[in-house]
Amino acid sequence: MVKVFGQFLLFLQSMFVRTERLKIIWNRTIDEAVLIGIDSVLIVSIVSAFIGAVTCVQIAYNLINPLIPKSTIGYMVREMTILELAPTITSIVLAGKVGSSIAGGLGTMRITEQIDALEVMGINSSSYLVLPRILGAIITFPLLVILAMVLSILGGYLAGTLSGAMSAQEYVEGIRDTFIPYNIVFALIKSVVFAFLVSAISAYRGFFTEGGALEVGASSTTAVTHSIIAILIGDFVLAYTLL
Amino acid sequence: MIEVHNIHKSFGDAPILKGVSCTFETGKCNLVLGGSGTGKSVLLKCIVGLLKPDIGSITFDGTIFTNNKVEIRQEIRRQIGMLFQASALFDSMNVFENVEFPLRMLTPDMTKAERRDRVEFCLKRVGLEAAGNKMPSELSGGMKKRVGIARAIAPNCTYLFCDEPNSGLDPLTSIKIDELIYEITHEYGITTVIITHDMNSVVEIGDHIVYLHKGQKLWDGTKDEILNAQVPELKEFIFSSSLVRAAKRVEMEGGTIDTRIGEPIHGDGDGI
Repeated sequence: MVKVFGQFLLFLQSMFVRTERLKIIWNRTIDEAVLIGIDSVLIVSIVSAFIGAVTCVQIAYNLINPLIPKSTIGYMVREMTILELAPTITSIVLAGKVGSSIAGGLGTMRITEQIDALEVMGINSSSYLVLPRILGAIITFPLLVILAMVLSILGGYLAGTLSGAMSAQEYVEGIRDTFIPYNIVFALIKSVVFAFLVSAISAYRGFFTEGGALEVGASSTTAVTHSIIAILIGDFVLAYTLL
Repeated sequence: MIEVHNIHKSFGDAPILKGVSCTFETGKCNLVLGGSGTGKSVLLKCIVGLLKPDIGSITFDGTIFTNNKVEIRQEIRRQIGMLFQASALFDSMNVFENVEFPLRMLTPDMTKAERRDRVEFCLKRVGLEAAGNKMPSELSGGMKKRVGIARAIAPNCTYLFCDEPNSGLDPLTSIKIDELIYEITHEYGITTVIITHDMNSVVEIGDHIVYLHKGQKLWDGTKDEILNAQVPELKEFIFSSSLVRAAKRVEMEGGTIDTRIGEPIHGDGDGI
């Protein structure tokens, strides 16, 4: 365990030794950001809209005390979405999609000797292949989380009003009630940390793949599993330290 | 000239290379010959720096490569071109971009037009000038090898390493790839090292041959000397081919074999 962690740290350090030219890293980062971002918009939109809708309906179902105003539903949807559901669930979804893609891509490059080809050319393969993926994820995860927040609250609004659980005015009133801007900052900090964890762990797993096609699949699976565990641990640590 | 001195390499408790020393001469096709599992590829990986030898040193034209400063190792590596066993072309790039890649990365001073000219020249040199827009997945095994050679020579490499360039190819295509490597080596005065177990390559292009057996160098010499080498393991390796045995049997029984090839029937070689 300690050995693996040490190897992981050395792997991260290797990205910054003999780094490739800034222009090359920048262009690759934009390419990766587009790949991660554009390809994930649909799945993030669907998941977040439905999570917002389900959260709203379930809160309404449990809110049977007539003394509690209906606007509480909107308030709770907002708090849950911003603080937890949007950053964490979105990152877990992205761990499955982006993490497996990074690990599978790098694993395939490893077993087909493409990474060796880069090394033989005198190119720092981790700097060229991994750093742009991590930076691309750090750029796009917060944007996707913001999208997830908006769509989740919108999903709650549609579910709440169309099902007749509350009026539109009550929902909006709840959304605007005692809003704390820091919660948005907190959610974005979480998304950046999760982006780093997902991309770095997946890249590490893919980069050190040994064997054949079977091992590439195993690397992808391990990358997703470890990323999700890291997200959950990171979630707790951040909540404990920053809230 | 590449000098390999007393290289030892083990994986765990299993010794793979046991004190290999040899010299690969400039402007020649140097072949490392041996059966499967004799450490040929490990030796190659040690020479190009993908593996670190446990003991021993490697020098490129007098400059020590092993355990030297990172900057010096990088400088030497930038003079190395390598053709991998499975070609190792970048899946996400087409043929043109694959050949252009080392130029884009290693020669930032080159203009786009200069790079394009160089790539077109290299593709033409390997007979693939019309395949620039194809993706690696659209290429045959032989074409992939050609692109690999074009990518290796694009940045004017001083040293060319080929890891089993004939693996997975039919005999005719193998000969064409061998000829291409031989021509390029002599045309540009490159130090070429080829890992192979193909006896056809030995007799076709082996200017200098090193025979490895169980991690040790047992013999080295030229292709003219190898058939009379007095090393039992090497003799067994050379004459183990069923084809050679069959030909000998026919000869001993007083028969003859018609080995005339005649006109090639595979056209201009575009599909190779």
